[in-house]
Amino acid sequence: MKRKTFVRGLALPLLAAGGLFAAGTGLVYAQAPVELQFYYPVAVGGPIAKTIDGFAAGFMKENPGVKVSPIYAGTYQETIVKALTAHKSGTPPVTSVLLSTDMFTLIDEEAIVPFDDFVKTAEDKAWLGGFYKAFMMNSQTGGKTWGIPFQRSTVVMYWNKELFKEAGLDPNKPPATWAELKDAATKLTRKDASGKVTQWGVQIPSSGFPYWLFQTLTTPNDAILANEAGTAVKFDDPKVIEALQYWVDLGKAGIHPPGVVEWGTTPKDFFEKKAAIIYTTTGNLTNIKANAKFDFGVGMIPGNKRKGSPTGGGNFYIFKKSTPAQQDAAFKFVKWITQPERAAQWSMDTGYVAVSPAAYETDTLRKYGRDFPAALVARDQLPVSVAEFSTHDNQRVTKALNDGLQAALTGSKTPAQAMQDAQREADRILRASK
Amino acid sequence: MRQGTTAGSSTAREAAHAWLLLLPALVLLVAFTHWPAVSTLVDSFYSTPKGSRAGVWVGLENYQVMVGDPVFWKAVRNNLWFAGATIPMSIALALVMALWVNERIAGRAFLRMAYFTPTVLPMIAVANIWLFFYTPQYGLLEQITGALGLPSHNWLGSPATALGAVTLVAIWKEAGFFMIFYLAALQSLNPSLREAAAIEGASRWYFFRRVQWPLLMPTTLFVLVNAFINAFRMVDHLFVLTRGGPDNASILLLYHLYEVGFSFWDTAYASAITVVLVVVLAGIALFQFFVLDRKVHYK
Repeated sequence: MKRKTFVRGLALPLLAAGGLFAAGTGLVYAQAPVELQFYYPVAVGGPIAKTIDGFAAGFMKENPGVKVSPIYAGTYQETIVKALTAHKSGTPPVTSVLLSTDMFTLIDEEAIVPFDDFVKTAEDKAWLGGFYKAFMMNSQTGGKTWGIPFQRSTVVMYWNKELFKEAGLDPNKPPATWAELKDAATKLTRKDASGKVTQWGVQIPSSGFPYWLFQTLTTPNDAILANEAGTAVKFDDPKVIEALQYWVDLGKAGIHPPGVVEWGTTPKDFFEKKAAIIYTTTGNLTNIKANAKFDFGVGMIPGNKRKGSPTGGGNFYIFKKSTPAQQDAAFKFVKWITQPERAAQWSMDTGYVAVSPAAYETDTLRKYGRDFPAALVARDQLPVSVAEFSTHDNQRVTKALNDGLQAALTGSKTPAQAMQDAQREADRILRASK
Repeated sequence: MRQGTTAGSSTAREAAHAWLLLLPALVLLVAFTHWPAVSTLVDSFYSTPKGSRAGVWVGLENYQVMVGDPVFWKAVRNNLWFAGATIPMSIALALVMALWVNERIAGRAFLRMAYFTPTVLPMIAVANIWLFFYTPQYGLLEQITGALGLPSHNWLGSPATALGAVTLVAIWKEAGFFMIFYLAALQSLNPSLREAAAIEGASRWYFFRRVQWPLLMPTTLFVLVNAFINAFRMVDHLFVLTRGGPDNASILLLYHLYEVGFSFWDTAYASAITVVLVVVLAGIALFQFFVLDRKVHYK
């Protein structure tokens, strides 16, 4: 009895809905909003989900025909795993924020479409040309634009002004060259009575993705690790080996911690005054600002032959296996969310670098920059920044480089040997991409 | 004749019933265990499909790649080392803890809970805690060794200690779980055995060696099977602690498999590694069930 009632209760509305649907198919179809699934990863702290939801709601208000559903998908790695598995099963998100370095992988999997096909009006063209060149290096290949910069970062140097004063250094004059860095780090290294180091002069993390931090040494030494097409690498270039030698020598000189330095605990080492100078992402700015109980400075990466640092972070991509209507809506959304005002807000909420010069011209960011000049260092470094290392079969080639770097840093191989081995491995992997 | 038919149809009906009752479990098992296993085996003989290029038959090529892959062999060696350390040590530790909290001591419930806590915590959270234990200079471990006047050491960042450090976390995590099984088994032992032993004047060690240990054998077998599987399955903490580094010093098979499958997207090669892993694990399980099982004394 009860079950019957239940079944009837269930069946009635279903039938009714079916009837309605049959009667008004044309009408319903015309008004059905375009569904826009959007995956995003979170790699920094802060109430990011709230900001994203706010953006989605704002966009839907202005575009009633589109329904944006933002889906938090975990770390960058988890997000690409989810997006690519969904692509392989035929139902990818319409758009997703993924690492800029995933571009070649996504192209090889034929998972994404270039943005060029959607750029039609002069206004569209102006928008596409409005981003920092340094961010577009990882977003374009073969004359096409595959990604739109969104949550981008770069590596900068943080230094503890108090420790600088104690060591007799000018707290407002950070080291600007390799020689100055080594000199300052030597003065900043402290040992206790037994000879044990209690405070390291400089610390460059090397766990997980050492290649990215390594680029803060290769770029100043005027070496670019991969070609623009992502088909060849130059690990055994003497300038690259020299850069690695410099890193290894910092450790040998006893002014940089030995072995592989953990990325995750590096900011904490800085708070605890165990490291006087650290290299880390601009994404850590908000964290360090909140937790450092001393006056600190943020500066550009010291140069050698030139200045420079790699960019990093995520781009928007549009997936191929979605309907043209969805792709159009996604393009509109990406264009909307990267407008200067919103890029400025995103930068303030997260600590990421705003993606266009126009964003820094907004009143919000101007005021923020006046109150907190450290936030502008990343922007000032952008003119000399280079693309984050990326090739076809990216993660495999990257691993070859990472293994080599860690082998050299832990002393199991010489820098030259490590880079030659990595080169051989990378050449083998990239054979198929040429 | 008539009787036979009745019997036959009722057997058939019973068989049908049996299959119907088994069906839900069977559907789940086939859909999520057997079918993926078979398709993995099939995939391992094809190349990785990329974009619109479908995979082609390559025979044993993926297995040849595996034989020539130094990282794979490094992972195998590390995993054997990892298993060789975690299995006996976590079992021994579990047994000692179980014997200890089985006694009538003050704060027994609290101790039991304390030992079991690591099992309840998610591995990723645990790894994040241990990351700070191992941190050079001000980590917990460093504070202890520093107080003893020992030199500072980068536990996770040097190839000599990285594997040992991640192994220790695994032992710590597992021992509490196995302790629960031993504790349950100890509690089910007949108390008159202990009284008899006491009357006979048997020492505590003698009582353990001759009475408790043999009676715990079924539990030990069960725990052993689990420990073996876990030795090849527990890699969550690597994602936080070392990511297999430095220079693959702490890489384990399943982590390598994940990297090949979901970082390199070489799904065909990943399938081949999976097949090897499944065959090895199935072999171990069969050995344990059919050979060791006979040597175990059940009550």
